[in-house]
Amino acid sequence: MREVIFFTLIVVAGTSGELCVSRAMKETGEVHDFRPLAILKVVLRAMRVKWTWIGVGLMTIGFFSLLGILSFENVSLVVPVTALSYVVGALGGKFFLGERVNRRRLLGIALVCVGVTLVVLGNR
Amino acid sequence: MESHKRLHLKTFLMISIMVLAGPLGNVLLGKGMKTIGPVTATSPADVLHLLARVLTTGYIWMGIASLLTFFLAYMLVLSWADYSFVQPSSAFSYVVVATLSVVLLGEVVSPLRWLGIAVICLGVFVVGRTHPNTTEIR
Repeated sequence: MREVIFFTLIVVAGTSGELCVSRAMKETGEVHDFRPLAILKVVLRAMRVKWTWIGVGLMTIGFFSLLGILSFENVSLVVPVTALSYVVGALGGKFFLGERVNRRRLLGIALVCVGVTLVVLGNR
Repeated sequence: MESHKRLHLKTFLMISIMVLAGPLGNVLLGKGMKTIGPVTATSPADVLHLLARVLTTGYIWMGIASLLTFFLAYMLVLSWADYSFVQPSSAFSYVVVATLSVVLLGEVVSPLRWLGIAVICLGVFVVGRTHPNTTEIR
């Protein structure tokens, strides 16, 4: 049960956070200059976008959940199981953004689910 | 043409950093948390004590540094590349994390788990090969 709670927090909060950060960086604009000062300016610009903070907040929840589960489970189990974020991402896209999940994407998601099942079964 | 080539090169470079730094960060966090032991916080004082232990563990800070490197590369690449392209491109990181777990942490990965990881990579790759836009353009 404890594992289920940790994995749910990692996958749901982590994926939502990544989507928020993606949106924030699109608002920030493309990076052309890779000098440290220029990168710092981009980071500061991104920090003025509210989606960055929402994303970072959600990713922080995901991060501490990851730390929690890593204290008692193997990395080679935990990280592959977090691939379920693709399933959450697709479901979120379908139900919240109105995206169509075509057959090929469904196949990919099904493969991720099969893979995660094998990873979990491989623990025993 | 030249700028197109440069765009591909910098995308490849950033995704390579992501694929290495992300798994390394997770492995270092795993090593750090294993030294602390199973999390059992039942009171606010326990949580503070746990937080203090986490923040004074060297491996955790190395893991955070590695994940920050991953995050910076990720933020930079997302400023010009699509999320739906970047996420599948990092599919290979599942193999890297399992390999690092075996080499650096001495974890035993069963053949069934390796098979599962390979299937996950394939699934992530298949998702990535679908068209990034599935909604009608209005």
